[in-house]
Amino acid sequence: MNSFKELKRNLKKDSSSLPEIKLSIVGDTSTQFLSTAIQGEAIERGYRLDVFEAEYNQVERQFLDPTSELYDFGADFIVIFQSTHKLGEHHSMLTTEQQASLADDRTGFLAAVCENPALAGKKIIYFNYPEIEDTVFGSYANKVESSFTFQVRKLNYELMRLSQQFQNLFICDIAGLQNKLGRDVMFAANVYTSTEMILSMDALPYVASRVMDIVCAVKGQFKKCLILDLDNTVWGGVIGDDGLEGIQLGHGLGIGKAFTEFQMWVKKLKQRGIIICVASKNNEETAKEPFEKHPDMVLKLDDIAVFQANWETKVDNIRTIQSILNIGFDSMVFLDDNPFERNMVRENIKGITVPELPEDPAEYLEYLYSLNLFETASYSNLDKDRTKQYQVEAQRVSLSKTFTNEADFLKSLNMVSVVSGFTKFNTPRVAQLSQRSNQFNLRTVRYTDADIEALANDPNVIDLSFTLEDKFGDNGLIAVIIMKPLDRETLFVDTWFMSCRVLKRGMENFTLNTMVEKAKAAGYKKIVGEYLPTAKNKMVEHHFPDLGFKKIEGTETDLYELEVDNYIPRECYIDKDFID
Amino acid sequence: MDKNQILEEVQEIFRDVLDNEDIVLANETVADDIEEWDSLTHIQLIVAIEKHFKVKFTSKEILSWKNVGEMIDSISTK
Repeated sequence: MNSFKELKRNLKKDSSSLPEIKLSIVGDTSTQFLSTAIQGEAIERGYRLDVFEAEYNQVERQFLDPTSELYDFGADFIVIFQSTHKLGEHHSMLTTEQQASLADDRTGFLAAVCENPALAGKKIIYFNYPEIEDTVFGSYANKVESSFTFQVRKLNYELMRLSQQFQNLFICDIAGLQNKLGRDVMFAANVYTSTEMILSMDALPYVASRVMDIVCAVKGQFKKCLILDLDNTVWGGVIGDDGLEGIQLGHGLGIGKAFTEFQMWVKKLKQRGIIICVASKNNEETAKEPFEKHPDMVLKLDDIAVFQANWETKVDNIRTIQSILNIGFDSMVFLDDNPFERNMVRENIKGITVPELPEDPAEYLEYLYSLNLFETASYSNLDKDRTKQYQVEAQRVSLSKTFTNEADFLKSLNMVSVVSGFTKFNTPRVAQLSQRSNQFNLRTVRYTDADIEALANDPNVIDLSFTLEDKFGDNGLIAVIIMKPLDRETLFVDTWFMSCRVLKRGMENFTLNTMVEKAKAAGYKKIVGEYLPTAKNKMVEHHFPDLGFKKIEGTETDLYELEVDNYIPRECYIDKDFID
Repeated sequence: MDKNQILEEVQEIFRDVLDNEDIVLANETVADDIEEWDSLTHIQLIVAIEKHFKVKFTSKEILSWKNVGEMIDSISTK
C-alpha cells in the first residue's frame, strides 16, 4: 500500500495524458486529505480526477439545493462520507424515541439522493459506518433499539439493502476496512480533536484505494482471472517429491489447514465467476493427481478453466492461458510462493497483478483479504458458468485443428443465436458486459443496469442483444448493439461490443445482417459507425471498413457509413432465433 | 536525546514530508517562514514526527506550539 505522502507526490506528476473522471466529494468532516489521497490513488490506476470538494458539513445543503455547486459541477461519481462521529453527535441530541429511528432517517435521506432525477446516471459512492463502541449500555446495547451500537449496525445493514434497491448506489465498505485495520489504526483521537479529520493518515491510502476499486470496477477495470502455482501455494510441499500422501492438506498433516482454507477462498471466487487457472512446473499427470485423488482437496479439476502443468516457464504458460481466455493481462492475478517466479512474471508480463505473498502460508489469506483484489460493479448468476464456458472453449480449439477449411468447421458447430431487445431478464448481463468488454468494443461506453433499462424504454433506440449456442454448449449473451437515430434517415451505432470468447465465428457478420434488417424495417437509409480508440480496442480498429462501411472523410473521429438499401447480407453459418 | 539532535531529525522529517530539501529549521522557525507548512501539512508533520520518535502528542500540544522550539520541547519530555 502506498503511503499518503507517496499519493500526494503523485499529484505533482504530469497526468495530463490520462483519461479524466469527474468526481465530487461531500462529507460532514474535513475531507481535504481524503480528496488528496483519492486523487493520488487515481493516478496510480491511470486516471486523472477532476474533483469538486464541497465545503465541509454541507452534505444536506449540497443535495437539497438544486442550485448547489454539486449539481453545477456535474460529476460522474459522487463520494459521500458521513462519519460515525457526527452520527453519534446527532444521536446524543435526540429523544429515546427519535434515537430508535436514527438509521431509518439516514437511509431515508440517502434513498432520496439516489432517486433524485437530477442525479440520474451518476454513481453514488457512500461510505458505511465504522462502529464506535460507546459502551453506554455495554453489550446490553444489542437488546436496546435506541442505543448507538444498535442503530449503527442497523444502518450498515440497511445500507446493504438500499444498495440492492438502487443500482447507482455503491457502498464503500470502510466498516470492513476498520475490521481489518483496527479502530486504533483507523482513527487518531488527537488529530481528530485538533483538525476535524476523521480518518488517520495511515488509514487514508486504504480508504482511497477502496474508493478507486469501485470507480475502476465501474469503468471496466477489474480482475477476471486468478492463476495459481501449485506446490506450496495450493498445497504444502512438492507433489513431485513428497507424493500424494506427503503433501500437506486438511486438518491432519503439518500446516495443511492453511492451504485448505486458502482453497476454500479460491473456490468461492470461482463460484462468484472468477476464472481459476493453474500454471505449474510439474508433469501434468503428477500435478493433476491431488485434484483427482486427494480427499482433502477442495479444488477439483472441474474448477480449473485452463490447466498448464509442464516444464515451460511460468511466463510462457501465463501467455498460453491468456491466448485461450482472450482477456487482458491487467485483469489477471498470479499467486506463487516463490519470489523468483513472481519477479520473473512481473518483469515479463506488463499489467498482471502479482501479490507479494507472505513467507508463512498461514498468513496468505489475511494478506490477500487486505488487497481487495476482486472488487466488482456487477454480479449475475451467469458468472458461475464462466469456468465451464472456458473449458468448452478449449475443446472447440482442439476440434478446429481437425478441419482444414474454416467454413466446414463453422458449419460443423451448428450455431444458433437468439436475438432480443433489452428485457428485464437480460439487463444485468447487458450492463455487466458493457462494463467488462474492452477489446471488442467500438466506443467503450459503459452502462449500468439503470442506463440499460432507460435505453430499453426509449422507443427511438434500437437495442439488440445476441446469444450464441453451438454443439458444445451455450455461450449465453455475447454481443450487444445500441443504435440511436441521428436524423430521420440515419442511425448511429452508439454501442457495439462482443465477448472475445466468440471471435472468428462469423458473429460480426450475423450481427450486421440483423442490424441492417432492423434499420430497413424502421425506414432508415444509412447506418453510421464510429471507432473511438482506447488502450485496449485496437483489435476493432478496422472493424467498420472490414464489414463494408465507407469512411466519412474530414471528420474529427473515425466515422464510417453504410447504405442499407444496397446491402447484401454477409455470409455466416449461424441460425437465427428471434424473440421480440 | 539532546535537543540539537532532535532538531536535526525533525528538520529531516520536514524536508521529507514537505518535499523541500532546502528547509533549515531553528527553534524560532514558525509556520509563516516555510511556504509548504500550512494547517494541513502540519498534521502530516505531526503524524510523521510521532512515528519517527515513537511518541504521541496530546491534542492540546498539537494546537499550542508557537514555533519549532516548543515542538522540540514536547518531544524531549516524552
